[in-house]
Amino acid sequence: MSEPDTIIIDTTDRIFRELADPQAIIADPVGAWKAPLWQALEDSSLTLAWVPEEQGGADVEMSDGCDILRVAGAHAVAVPLAETLLAGWLLAKAGISAPLGPMTIALGSGDRAPSVRAGKLSGAVRGVPFAHVADHLSLVADSDDGRQVVCVALAGCDIAGGPGMAGDGLATVTFTDAGVASSGAVPNTLGAEDVMLMGAAVRAQQMAGALQAVLDLSVEYAKERMAFGRPIAKFQAVQQNLARLAGEAAAAAAAAGSAADTIQHAETFDSAVFLEVAAAKIRTGEAAGVGAAIAHQVHGAMGFTDEHVLHRYTQRLFAWRDDFGSEAEWAAGLGAMVAANGADQLWPLVASR
Amino acid sequence: MSGAIHFDPIRLPPEAEALRGEVREFLAEETAAGRFDPKTAPMRDGFDRDFSRRVGAKGWIGMTWPKQYGGQERSFLERYVVTEEFRAVSAPVRGHFTADRQSGPVLLKYASEDIKADILPRITRGECCFCIGMSEPNSGSDLFAANAKAAKTDAGYVLNGAKIWTTNAQNADYMIGLFRTSPPADDNRRHGLTQFLIDMKSPGISVNPIGNMAGGKDFNEVVFTDCAVPADHVLGEVDGAWKQATSELAYERSGPERFLETFFILQELTRALGPEPDRREAEGLGRLVAQLHTLRRMSVSVNGMLQAGKEPVLEGSIVKDLGTLWQQALPSRARDLSAFAAGTAEDRAAFDALLPFALQIAPKLTIQGGTTEILRGIIARGLGLR
Repeated sequence: MSEPDTIIIDTTDRIFRELADPQAIIADPVGAWKAPLWQALEDSSLTLAWVPEEQGGADVEMSDGCDILRVAGAHAVAVPLAETLLAGWLLAKAGISAPLGPMTIALGSGDRAPSVRAGKLSGAVRGVPFAHVADHLSLVADSDDGRQVVCVALAGCDIAGGPGMAGDGLATVTFTDAGVASSGAVPNTLGAEDVMLMGAAVRAQQMAGALQAVLDLSVEYAKERMAFGRPIAKFQAVQQNLARLAGEAAAAAAAAGSAADTIQHAETFDSAVFLEVAAAKIRTGEAAGVGAAIAHQVHGAMGFTDEHVLHRYTQRLFAWRDDFGSEAEWAAGLGAMVAANGADQLWPLVASR
Repeated sequence: MSGAIHFDPIRLPPEAEALRGEVREFLAEETAAGRFDPKTAPMRDGFDRDFSRRVGAKGWIGMTWPKQYGGQERSFLERYVVTEEFRAVSAPVRGHFTADRQSGPVLLKYASEDIKADILPRITRGECCFCIGMSEPNSGSDLFAANAKAAKTDAGYVLNGAKIWTTNAQNADYMIGLFRTSPPADDNRRHGLTQFLIDMKSPGISVNPIGNMAGGKDFNEVVFTDCAVPADHVLGEVDGAWKQATSELAYERSGPERFLETFFILQELTRALGPEPDRREAEGLGRLVAQLHTLRRMSVSVNGMLQAGKEPVLEGSIVKDLGTLWQQALPSRARDLSAFAAGTAEDRAAFDALLPFALQIAPKLTIQGGTTEILRGIIARGLGLR
């Protein structure tokens, strides 16, 4: 394992604490907090954490970027930090300098998969978060010269779709001969499924961070909330539920942390990386469902209101578990791989690291 | 973030992975020689002194202990690899596992020099089998209600009373048992209990088997009638055993045996489903593998923290809570997923033979060694709720 960089973790945590106070955000209908928060993240080079220095980034370790995402997940606010990290990572793979400002990312697959012809991008991508907020979008697209990593300005693109469960947007972006801001050939080291893998690993980090926050919130609330003359934390039924929530948060942290450590040390994304990332996305997604349900049960009606902070976490957990492949999708892929390898290879795979 | 719960991403070191190769080679030789069969071993009692001796000869019992007592001074992570490889093939470890995991470390910490020099090397050679005397007919999870008595005499102590659910007592050479030496104190009901090392061949001990619903006969009631124990067989502080119990729990609770006890049915399910399962089957299998992988990473992490000298008691309890529930649910999930399995009759044979057994042992998995309810109470205490 690599030692965590506590300066990066502390800096990220401090910025969110100072500029994204939960109650201030809830009380702010126009979102005036967003610009200062983004500026602070950008000034600290956290937004381009995975971009090499010569391309203007912070060039931190993969695992440090994952730490940033776990901290961000524990604050669960509506800024496209994770998406910008991912987009910067993808652009850097093709040697493209990342632009400043918020970015988002899309999977260039599906029935209208985007392609570049004569320097113009056409097609559509679905399920894109923060498309209304981000300046640029990066994706992998077919082109006359093979697969390309493409960076496209979102201004002028057709963006449709609702807010999604997290409120961060879940858009269909349609490109019609859109100008390509920059592009570069997909390197051999970037496999067809790698954007999906990285996206899943990123969402797993965020979910693990959010679940830790949900656990902390629930424990504190149970200690404060009185019923029948004592704090509800003193009731065994509540204690059992919170112990289960702690187990789910722990499983999410372990699965996400292990996946982050694996990516950190992986040269290419092989079957061991696939197992780690698939397991992380599946297990954090499962923990999101169980954990959110328990947290709401502990908080009672109060946690269901729009003025309590809990929903910020649980709604993002619901959204994040769907992004870059749900538990079911990843499980079907993992199960198919295990079955194809055969029963006698199951233990060697599980015990491979 | 409170950061109260830690699961560092620990990787097994190269020496542990090298050891894994040696262990697999040994187990392959054992199965090739017909000494045990992974496809039927789960249903057997798992007690084989000859096997334990061969494991001892490899240096894989008490392998973390000091060399002067027959140990190898290897790391917890190396021991972890040996343990999980044995569990994954349901190897017959019962002759030495309790001593290796629990009893030996207790002796190392609390026994006299003479006893350590006598017994520990025998354990490491696979020649000395232990059982644990905790539960009593009227006190199971409520350990501190134990009532079996140890009365002081000129030569030591004399034991009277009964222990129950004592696994492997019929084979054990020694028991480490908890006995009441004083009444509980008004301000501390845990006071007054003492741990003893008991030679199971001592006069005054009768071992009465209790059959279980899955056909096993490894449970026992152990009755003590004026059973004399020498004074130097007291382990640790008289009346203060409760202080000794808790620090060992992280070792006991976080091992791979806490989630691999029904692993055999997952492996045979994979065989029964064949190489091209349908979507439903693949999804179910994938989830189980993801959950197993996560449990193993948690368990490795706890053992890595133990190796680093930390005491992850909360994390250890979480591993056991999640792990035992998972291995308990696994046979039911396997049953569900196998309903339309496409594997050949040959592929299904072991699965069909093992599934009823796995379903029937499942209920015990969240009871033995600390119930789910007790573990959740410990976790709740760790969260500051109690």
